[in-house]
Amino acid sequence: MWDYSEKVKEHFYNPRNAGPLDGANGIGDVGSISCGDALRLMLKVDPDSERITDAHFQTFGCGSAIASSSALTEIIKGMTLDEALAVSNQDIADYLDGLPPEKMHCSVMGREALQAAVANYRGETWTDEHEEGALVCKCFAIDAVLIEDTIRANNLGTVEDVTNYTKAGGGCAACHEGIEEILGRVLAERGERFDPTAKATPAPAMGNLARIRKIEQTIEQMRPTLQRDGGDIDLIDVDGNRILVSLKGACSGCQMEAVTLGGVQQKLIEALGEFVKVVPVGAHAHAHGSACATEA
Amino acid sequence: MGPIYLDNNATTQCDPRVIDAMMPYFTEQFGNPSSMHSFGNKVGLAVKKARAQVQTLIGAEHDSEVIFTSCGTESDSTAILSALRAQPERKEIITSTVEHPAVLSLAEHLEKEGYTVHRIGVDGQGRIDLDAYRAKLSPNVAIASFMWANNETGTIFPVERMAEMAHEAGVMFHTDAVQAVGKLPIDLRNTRIDMLSLSGHKLHAPKGIGVLYLKRSTRFRPLLRGGHQERGRRAGTENVPAIVGLGVAAELALEHMAFENTTVKRMRDQLQDGILAQVPNAFATGDVDNRLPNTANIAFEYIEGEAILLLLNKEGIAASSGSACTSGSLEPSHVMRAMGIPYTAAHGTVRFSLSRHTRDCEIERVIQAVPPIVARLRKLSPYWAGDRPLAEPEKAFAPSYA
Repeated sequence: MWDYSEKVKEHFYNPRNAGPLDGANGIGDVGSISCGDALRLMLKVDPDSERITDAHFQTFGCGSAIASSSALTEIIKGMTLDEALAVSNQDIADYLDGLPPEKMHCSVMGREALQAAVANYRGETWTDEHEEGALVCKCFAIDAVLIEDTIRANNLGTVEDVTNYTKAGGGCAACHEGIEEILGRVLAERGERFDPTAKATPAPAMGNLARIRKIEQTIEQMRPTLQRDGGDIDLIDVDGNRILVSLKGACSGCQMEAVTLGGVQQKLIEALGEFVKVVPVGAHAHAHGSACATEA
Repeated sequence: MGPIYLDNNATTQCDPRVIDAMMPYFTEQFGNPSSMHSFGNKVGLAVKKARAQVQTLIGAEHDSEVIFTSCGTESDSTAILSALRAQPERKEIITSTVEHPAVLSLAEHLEKEGYTVHRIGVDGQGRIDLDAYRAKLSPNVAIASFMWANNETGTIFPVERMAEMAHEAGVMFHTDAVQAVGKLPIDLRNTRIDMLSLSGHKLHAPKGIGVLYLKRSTRFRPLLRGGHQERGRRAGTENVPAIVGLGVAAELALEHMAFENTTVKRMRDQLQDGILAQVPNAFATGDVDNRLPNTANIAFEYIEGEAILLLLNKEGIAASSGSACTSGSLEPSHVMRAMGIPYTAAHGTVRFSLSRHTRDCEIERVIQAVPPIVARLRKLSPYWAGDRPLAEPEKAFAPSYA
């Protein structure tokens, strides 16, 4: 059984804003019936202020799809359309205290329904360029389509490359067979053979200074969130792909420390476009790296 | 009232008599059955007894045809890989589209290694296409492997007849009978079945024990080589407590065979009829006239299975589903897809599988619990309006792919 957070369960058992919405003037229908998840998001938008005065949903899907839909409607009610469009799938997942990696696509579907509903209100057509494949890396929720596209776009040739570019395979390593298989297929297309002994291509170039600035910036952006919860984070050092931080206050040693570090690592990976490990230092730091913590 | 377990095709509770029989083999009877001293001797006799008990349950002619393994999956792999290694000139395999992953994943892997896999399809009720099967039998085929009963729908394949057909074409026949053993009478001595897999934990024995039945004189190559255990056909020290447990479980299964096919079957029918009488847009999947006595698989249209399971679980009822979400895959159950069940129903399939421990009062409680759960989820469904689906539901709600 999935390891759903209490919040996911609560929103599933008692979904908010479920059912049709009379007078909706923005409707987004997204999802895939073959995958078993589809969602209709209905918005009532005040034309003068462009503010969402009400939001309802109808969902064909699993527990986390229904919970994500419910969370989405709660998040966006009262927002302007532009504010709502800034809501990311991670925001939806965060609102629910996280989703299992296999279920992150439920939050992606929520964000897409929102884009579709806003486009519908504005009289635009929304097209989705995102295609989802079978989940390969369960630690970081990376699917086969993303891996395949990334290999093609960047001419990648090794598992390490794939990890550097997509994060896939950077955790427990159980999916390396699957990644090798995809590599073999794509390399065959360009007339090459997968060579397990090949050296990884160097990570995308970013000067040292630019890289450290980016790390600082990203951590700065996350601080207010941590401070709101009575904690704080400081950058201590950068050592190759290890980013040493110290957690303070409520964050330090708390049960959520692994989750917090996982979140920081996720943002840093996104910002840098390479795989990094966030390592806590200080009295309460765990001995193991945060790649393991993210799996936990 | 306690929780209700209707997921016996996933696994069963160990019978207390099985556990009692096992206990001494963790403590005083700890010897290695291969040892010469008295510690080993008694244990060796216990293994011999268990082998005879399993032999009786499946109607094997000789006790040496029973090879203990670690699980059903190991038995399946051993059987198929043995056929390929013993007949290296034969590069084809025949199986069905609805097999358990223990066979299908292996077949897919063998395909990558250069073997040809013929997957025989089924009709809307999950019945195998025998003409298509016959057409693929040839001297190029190393093994035909078909499940005796389907784990999701309980649909029974005519494996005895299929084994005859294979035999006529000079092809070895294996059946994954993990769901059938203990629920259906089996008499292997009077069949042409060369190999059969069974799994202890499906018949109230513990997990971690399986059997490969290997008809005498069937050409065989072991999967695990090493010591002389199981006459050199499956090396590795015997899992004695589990073997003893499986022996007792086999004897109990035989004792309860009539009960399974009368009382359990009646409860299953009541459950299915009771639910279908109250819930619109729902139907039983599979070959309902020719299936395991304990299994009912019901498709609830326009809602999704995991959501149903979560709400059932909240009421203390355990079942399982063929939805994509319950497995973490992108597609609903391959069994439902093979039968051509539309996506709007395939994702909403729920399998109820009973056992001899199921009680009438439990069935009544499930019949009461299911309709409100289905109604509650349909209220959330974009395909549903009021008390019925939208007219032309797939047109009324046609989401853009995301």
